[in-house]
Amino acid sequence: MFGYTFQWKQVFARLPQMLDGALVTMQIAVLSMVIGIVLAVLLTLFRQSGSRLLSGIATAWVEIARNTPALFQIYMAHFGLGSFGIHLSPYVSLLVGITFNNAGYLAENFRGALKAIPETQTRAGRSLGMSPLQAFRHIVVPQMLRIAFLPMTNQMVWAVLMTSLGVTVGMNTDLFGVTQDLNALTFRTFELFAVAAVIFYLIVKVIQTAARLIAWRLFRY
Amino acid sequence: MIEIENVRKSFGSLEVLKGIDLTVDKGEVLTVIGGSGSGKSTLLTCINGLEPINGGRIVVDGIEVHAKSTNLNKLRQKIGIVFQQFNAFPHLTVLENVTLAPRKVLGMSKAQAEEIAVRQLSHVGLGDKLGVYPTRMSGGQQQRMAIARALAMSPSYMLFDEVTSALDPMLVGEVLDTLRMLASEGMTMICVTHEMKFAREVSDRVAFFHKGVMAEIAPPAELFGAPKDPELQKFLAATH
Repeated sequence: MFGYTFQWKQVFARLPQMLDGALVTMQIAVLSMVIGIVLAVLLTLFRQSGSRLLSGIATAWVEIARNTPALFQIYMAHFGLGSFGIHLSPYVSLLVGITFNNAGYLAENFRGALKAIPETQTRAGRSLGMSPLQAFRHIVVPQMLRIAFLPMTNQMVWAVLMTSLGVTVGMNTDLFGVTQDLNALTFRTFELFAVAAVIFYLIVKVIQTAARLIAWRLFRY
Repeated sequence: MIEIENVRKSFGSLEVLKGIDLTVDKGEVLTVIGGSGSGKSTLLTCINGLEPINGGRIVVDGIEVHAKSTNLNKLRQKIGIVFQQFNAFPHLTVLENVTLAPRKVLGMSKAQAEEIAVRQLSHVGLGDKLGVYPTRMSGGQQQRMAIARALAMSPSYMLFDEVTSALDPMLVGEVLDTLRMLASEGMTMICVTHEMKFAREVSDRVAFFHKGVMAEIAPPAELFGAPKDPELQKFLAATH
């Protein structure tokens, strides 16, 4: 009807390249989550520290990460830092941008989770002779984890989807970047991006299913 | 022995303990009665150092609780406390609730801690609930679990802070029976309570707190039979 003939064969022939791209996408998402969680824990501690400087840094981070576009954050990592002579590769820029975003959102989740656990839990632990650290580790953290788990899963999904923004800083080895390059090569635009979308969808489904299994295994109470 | 000397405690400008003097001997069961806000619960949390004090001193077995050099984590191992809100750890099973502190604080092996936990839990009538999560249990059961959890640390003293106040009236009996059992076994106990009948039955002495002052202390027969303090007379008339 629009004079467009679907040619799936050409696209399926490139599937291995796209799946390689999907691996890179997964790699960035996982790395950005692992580093993001570590940073988010630090930011949460900063905000609890009582130091105005530390809590100021943490608050600024969380505010910027949550209230500006992820694309802006990735641009800043690439072109923004570039202005100061710090040149990051597209891969690193994308990783830095997404990690920055993850850390901000996760820090807020962790803060909420921490608030949800009554002070009396720590008190009960301390009254049994536990040190503050022991009470935090064995009583507060496991309960926090349960509360923060679902938001963490969501953030992981976001991290996967955000990798598609890498194409704007010249990233061409991830799923979206590979697809973009193949499009320039073959002009099978609809087919290529439809397949890419299906792969994204499947990755997300796998993450959600895995998360559900982990939650079922971990949180029996 | 717990020695409390002229203890003062304020929350901001509100003075909740106005110079308390009290000694509790080994094996004694002391109950503390009094209206809300009389300072009786605060005294308990001061005894195990959960709350700092503003004056006086508390000495437990020769160790001054609020001295800077005191290792509170170590001291608390010998002073068990059970709260009004049971404070069960919801993410742990009943057995894990009770073994956590013996394992992490006393460094016991899992098997060793479980042996003690099973014994204490059976003792309070929860021997069949080991693998259950606390949220699946009644308030009375959770409170008995909290008692077993404190006992698993083999404390020399047990403090009970209105442990039946948050319970359904139907469940008060089972918890009081547990306390009676401990008293009969010679545990040194301080019980803050609103259960007058219980106080009368199990106590060696009963202390009446009013507005941050210990207005009267006497054996139960005397305190309930012939109260001297006018506030206590009012209190008993109201609660009879």
